[in-house]
Amino acid sequence: MPDFTAIDLARIQFAFTISFHIVYPAFSIGLASYLATLNFLSLWTGDRTYLQLFDYWKRIFAIAFGMGVVSGVVMSYQFGTNWSVFADKTGPILGPLMGYEVLSAFFLEAGFLGVVLFGRNRVGPVLHFFATLMVALGTFASAFWILSVNSWMQTPAGYAVNAQGQFIPADWFAAIFNPSFPYRLVHMVLAAYLTTSLAVGAVGALHLLRGDRSASVRTMFSMAMWMAAIVAPIQIFAGDMHGLNTLEHQPAKIAAMEGHFEGEKGAPLILFGMPDMANARTNYKLAVPYLGSLILTHSLDGYVPGLKDFPRENWPPAPIVFWSFRVMVGLGFAMLGLGLWGLFARWRGVFYDNGWLHRAAFVMGPAGFIAVLAGWITTEVGRQPFVVQGLLRTADAASPIAAPAVAASLIGFVIVYATVMAFGFVYIGVLMNKPPDAPAPVDEDAPMRAAGTAPGVAAELGAQGGAH
Amino acid sequence: MESLDLPFLWAGIIAFAVLLYTLLDGFDLGIGILFPFMRDGDQRGRMLSTIAPVWDGNETWLVLGGGGLLAVFPLAYSIVLSALYAPIILMLLALVFRGVAFEFRWQTPRARKIWDRAFALGSLGAAVAQGLALGALVQGIPVANRAYAGGWWDWLTPFSILTAIGLTLGYALQGACWLIMKTDGRLQRQAYDLAKFLAPAFLASIAAVSLWTPFLSATYSSNWFSWPRILLVLPVPLLVALAGFVLVSGIAREKERSPYFATQALFVLGFVGLGVSFYPYMVPNSVTIWQAAAPDKSLGFLLVGAAPLLAMVLAYTAYAYWVFRGKTPEDHHGY
Repeated sequence: MPDFTAIDLARIQFAFTISFHIVYPAFSIGLASYLATLNFLSLWTGDRTYLQLFDYWKRIFAIAFGMGVVSGVVMSYQFGTNWSVFADKTGPILGPLMGYEVLSAFFLEAGFLGVVLFGRNRVGPVLHFFATLMVALGTFASAFWILSVNSWMQTPAGYAVNAQGQFIPADWFAAIFNPSFPYRLVHMVLAAYLTTSLAVGAVGALHLLRGDRSASVRTMFSMAMWMAAIVAPIQIFAGDMHGLNTLEHQPAKIAAMEGHFEGEKGAPLILFGMPDMANARTNYKLAVPYLGSLILTHSLDGYVPGLKDFPRENWPPAPIVFWSFRVMVGLGFAMLGLGLWGLFARWRGVFYDNGWLHRAAFVMGPAGFIAVLAGWITTEVGRQPFVVQGLLRTADAASPIAAPAVAASLIGFVIVYATVMAFGFVYIGVLMNKPPDAPAPVDEDAPMRAAGTAPGVAAELGAQGGAH
Repeated sequence: MESLDLPFLWAGIIAFAVLLYTLLDGFDLGIGILFPFMRDGDQRGRMLSTIAPVWDGNETWLVLGGGGLLAVFPLAYSIVLSALYAPIILMLLALVFRGVAFEFRWQTPRARKIWDRAFALGSLGAAVAQGLALGALVQGIPVANRAYAGGWWDWLTPFSILTAIGLTLGYALQGACWLIMKTDGRLQRQAYDLAKFLAPAFLASIAAVSLWTPFLSATYSSNWFSWPRILLVLPVPLLVALAGFVLVSGIAREKERSPYFATQALFVLGFVGLGVSFYPYMVPNSVTIWQAAAPDKSLGFLLVGAAPLLAMVLAYTAYAYWVFRGKTPEDHHGY
């Protein structure tokens, strides 16, 4: 039995709860925009395929959003329960940003969600579209504020320190638009869109593989593959820009990601290897000469930092970020490949007939979620041992809570989340498994909630479901 | 800005958010607490239908309470959440269970009974945890060196058990009165029967907590009984008596709306009573509103946006309630 300290347990708890949480916002940011697009297309063209897809995905959205809300409530309290010193010290700057997130984003999403899910025939199609747009806007506003908060922890700016050791605002604009924020925001929002397009594409591919060639299945698959083809290359470019920004502001993180212990000019790109923290070297390297400098400095003999350029006690754990970074980048290129394949199949006129493309799209369904998690592990673990880069160490930020109390709450979260997550997956999977033009909801009781089609909508569709 | 007392203003805004949470999520939780008393599956479906479009928004007020406290009173946030560690974690776990049970029960006719149970237990757990946290806060929280300095079981006392019972009864009463207002027929009948028991029980618990509180600290008793302050605060118990009368007679005469609004009035008055007791403390008997506050620059920055945004939030929240106004139909096919 390893001897965990209260800090270790609090860190495990945070990592666990945030990892569980982040996949749902990543999905709902993309899905909300997709729903708004479908709603708009339905309004504009009058084609009922879009409305059918809207009703299909809104049920999945309702579950994903609900899980995001409940796991998000936990996050907003965890800063205080487990990280009270962090809350006290950074509260004057990060608190108002999170306050703006609640006020401008959470209420907007939750307030209009009821209308989106149940209100179409009460408010009419135009207001219904407006409500969907507000939910999508809310998810974006939420990403804006919370990424500003996270970016401030990575690249703090616009602050002063008062007599109690608190970080206090000196320049709000500089604090919000801190150096890494624009890059991180773009990278994350694109990641959400990519994640959603892959998930939607996988569902389309599943039904195509089963021989369902209905208009809604084809539209779903086509929209998703267009999105993947367009966003994946932009994302790779945005990721590169983000990397250059990190090199400028958090060079130790880059050194750990690249597995470089020695700083050097004309550095190689280490493709694979085993970073060994104890002996300060990367073993079993497979490296491409000069490519590291070329990518990071855009010149063959540019200087790339190594961990030995920094005090030992400030090294992030290289093995973790080295591998999480490679998982993310590898999946990113696989997404690019899928997008290009989709374009090629379109050009050859076999887009809806190429079983291997559909199989690949199906397999890539979870890739976005995994890449998002890997990316967050890279940026968060890469910031260690600091919670606020260079200013506040993680070890100094925790609450004065004894290890047994943190352990007990951690066990509670693991049990509850594991159960909830398993069932959430199952129910989302059951919904995805149904074809989008299936007329009847799960059962007669359902029209109220996520699983149902509101009768007015069904009437508009001319598809009176079995439930009525 | 010089004359504006920002910490006091923000204490008011945070208190308003928490009050609104108890008013809006109170009946959501109450419906869950009453679930075991409604054996019929159809009735349960209809009960949930009355809150399905609004519960997400209702729970967001809790996030504003927590997030807002972090934003403007970071010291109070860090102390209170460490001190109330166990009840807060219990509340969060209960809310997770309750929230997902809400979504999941519609997905599965087979496992519906299990999720209904999870919804009921989660609602009860959240209400009890909030009541325990409330009691522990009212008792006072010892602080040393900007951190909680009490023990890990301080939150569990006879007083906090009493507040937990009181709040749970109050939420259940809110739920029953909400059902009286939003439904008809057999379900409404059952809600009246439950309210007939819950109303006097809740009023008794208010009386017990109110009589006990002044003995907990000298600040509380002087806030209530010192002359001439007593003239200022005397209307609170008088209005409680009036609201209690409206509640009981409304239920007895089978009115549809007055029991609900009388219950909400009792919550507002109870909250005002807490405010009277606490002042000027943010963390009772340890940290005042002004000591806990972030610098004015933080408070001012958030206030500039919070004022118009809160007005908008209230407007579209009211709109959402208006869209789904009236009785929730029996067969849930009305939306």
